[in-house]
Amino acid sequence: MESQGSCSVFDHVVRAPEDPILGVTVAYNKDQSPIKLNLGVGAYRTEEGKPLVLNVVRQAEQTLVNDKSRVKEYLPIVGLAEFNKQSAKLIFGSDSPAIQENRVTTVQCLSGTGSLRVGGEFLAWHYLERTIYIPVPTWGNHPKVFTLAGLSVKTYRYYDPATRGLDFQGMLEDLNSAPAGAIVLLHACAHNPTGVDPTLEQWEQIRQLIRLKGLLPFFDSAYQGFASGSLDSDAQSVRIFVADGGECLVAQSYAKNMGLYGERVGALSIVCKNADVAGRVESQLKLVIRPMYSNPPIHGASIVAMILRDRDMYNEWTIELKGMADRIISMRHQLFEALLARGTPGDWSHIIKQIGMFTFTGLNSEQVAFMTREYHIYMTSDGRISMAGLSSTTVPHLADAIHAAVTRVA
Amino acid sequence: MAMRTAISSRILSRAALPGARSMSSWWRSVEPAPKDPILGVTEAFLADPSPDKVNVGVGAYRDDNGKPVVLECVREAERRIAGNLKMEYLPMGGSVNMVQETLKLAYGENSEFIKDKRIAAVQSLSGTGACRLFADFQKRFRPDSQIYIPVPTWANHHNIWRDAQVPQRSYHYYLPETRGLDFAALMDDVKNAPDGSFFLLHACAHNPTGVDPTEVQWREISYQFKVKGHFAFFDMAYQGFASGDPERDAKSIRIFLNDGHFIGISQSYAKNMGLYGQRVGCLSVLCEDEKQAVAVKSQLQQLARRMYSNPPLHGALIVSTILGDPDLKKLWLKEVKVMADRIIGMRTALRESLEKRGSTLSWRHITDQIGMFCYSGLTPEQVDRLTNEYHIYMTRNGRISMAGVTTGNVGYLANAIHEVTKSA
Repeated sequence: MESQGSCSVFDHVVRAPEDPILGVTVAYNKDQSPIKLNLGVGAYRTEEGKPLVLNVVRQAEQTLVNDKSRVKEYLPIVGLAEFNKQSAKLIFGSDSPAIQENRVTTVQCLSGTGSLRVGGEFLAWHYLERTIYIPVPTWGNHPKVFTLAGLSVKTYRYYDPATRGLDFQGMLEDLNSAPAGAIVLLHACAHNPTGVDPTLEQWEQIRQLIRLKGLLPFFDSAYQGFASGSLDSDAQSVRIFVADGGECLVAQSYAKNMGLYGERVGALSIVCKNADVAGRVESQLKLVIRPMYSNPPIHGASIVAMILRDRDMYNEWTIELKGMADRIISMRHQLFEALLARGTPGDWSHIIKQIGMFTFTGLNSEQVAFMTREYHIYMTSDGRISMAGLSSTTVPHLADAIHAAVTRVA
Repeated sequence: MAMRTAISSRILSRAALPGARSMSSWWRSVEPAPKDPILGVTEAFLADPSPDKVNVGVGAYRDDNGKPVVLECVREAERRIAGNLKMEYLPMGGSVNMVQETLKLAYGENSEFIKDKRIAAVQSLSGTGACRLFADFQKRFRPDSQIYIPVPTWANHHNIWRDAQVPQRSYHYYLPETRGLDFAALMDDVKNAPDGSFFLLHACAHNPTGVDPTEVQWREISYQFKVKGHFAFFDMAYQGFASGDPERDAKSIRIFLNDGHFIGISQSYAKNMGLYGQRVGCLSVLCEDEKQAVAVKSQLQQLARRMYSNPPLHGALIVSTILGDPDLKKLWLKEVKVMADRIIGMRTALRESLEKRGSTLSWRHITDQIGMFCYSGLTPEQVDRLTNEYHIYMTRNGRISMAGVTTGNVGYLANAIHEVTKSA
């Protein structure tokens, strides 16, 4: 029988471009070359180039599986209570007065992305200012997440290509000219993609300016523990803001620091002036979450809660985490030395100065394309490489590629 | 260098810094949100100390002892996947294996649409996530469209399309007088809607009423949809749970497919695999050809990327492990039938129990209705009495989750319902 409307109502839909970051892995997977190297997405790899499930995570999972009394019921809309409590302690410090005063609301979300989206939508619904300032550059997905959340996105200067470091003056000037109440996205540590972080002194100045101007800080903390190897050091930027009694939002992700990538585990915390406000804010967060996915997935959060609660597992985690952070720092040094040894033109010291999983090489998109074509190196076109994807055996290949790109491509 | 310091100190010079202590909260004006009408019921139930309390609120399956159930096939699948070497990100569209198996359930094991790759499909955060992705997609690509939603429906449907900013219209569905389908009014609404309207349909086991069209009625609805060129979006959250047979529960969808409609489907494993908290589901949109399916899928992925980047792994692995293994799949089908049969048994028991108590009202709708829920016909005041006097918890629209009824509590429940309705 002929159908009346033989045309789909979505006939006009065009194919979306590949996600610039996740698309790198798609392209990498298609490549048949045995020497291909994926330095695109920020997923940790071992020295052997393998993904890593932390021992402590494995243990936790096995315990969960063996526990016959465990069920798979819906979590509350705000997620697993123990997970929320432990996550807040992790980022704010177990002695944080804000937690003790019950003025923090923490809700489990789908990793960092989900926390940012829920926070952004809450702000779009309930906050007086609907503009968020994001640094240039930032994680490619930030502007898209906030735009779909209903915020309008503006930028502040951050990275200085000339020094491959922080454009501190530019940052302060731009924040200074933001309207009162504007939201400011801050990378808590290990800025993605540049690896350039303010010093603690600079953070203090940023804090003063933000409080003076009445701006609202929204921290993205995706690498706590991964930057320096110390969970507490990596949380300092957030903690100095909380210590002054003011309000802020924090998105936490366990994708990298617990290797839970695909389980989508994260938390959004909103630090409020007092407990009453925090309670009301939490009730409104539920209204944002319910029409998105009703309640968050249980598995990953159960693993995290178990590890954070148990002193031995927590300690073991910190050791494994430091191991990952140290390996990345070692890769930085190896790459730097390999470029020195090749006499590659230019100053490459930013490789060892930058922090966290990524290095912003300073390579341009033509050079990147060349490296992909000729050397089967996969990275994002902004010149960002994931150090976590390198090993001692692959560093020479990358160094060769960079050397060739810099000397043969403008 | 000196210049730079001067600039920064000029910016900060006004900073007499007691910090932010003197500022008041940004959130002063935030009102406390109302409790979710469905999930709030369980919260209230948990807070009740009474030993007689009964929870027939949220639609989560319970065995005859009132305990939540983890299916054997799920436990076995979990045993197999524990110690999984990777927890890497899934693609934005989720697990390909899981999606393929899921499409077979909805479209048919040997569906030509699957073979011809005409279905744009992504793993979603259970049924809620699938509906929300579709609503966002609808808003983006058919911005002038509205969604026709049955009255009544699952309360969260309204929230989903509202947050996606798609205007809502309603169509008649439930007829209180008969506690059945208001078919004539439904068909009128279908005919009177502008051509090419978008409709939300419950594929089977309508929530909250348990009232489904018959096969003949589905065929008429499908025919009228073709005449009007309407778009059918099916929410299928209870496949297998309604009759005990997944193929039979997908009949409405198969009728529409046969008639040439380009439908959309939300599928959930929350109930039929007991994977509630794992948040596993699938959104699919049938397209004209493979090229269009690729385009639509790519756009769905973009929407997912802005919400959570990629979906959770664990639940998807459980599903694909079960459905990919013929023995595990057989076990699953058996376990689904057990759940459905227990509910059908409880319907009979509740109805008989009420009739035995001499209730003069008609309770045949309890056994006429299908799926997890019974739309009892109780008024909000009667529901409040059940809660306050008998510690029985249900949503105020009179919806009873039959999954919460057991041989142990059916008598108590029947007695309480009889007491609050006998003067009605």
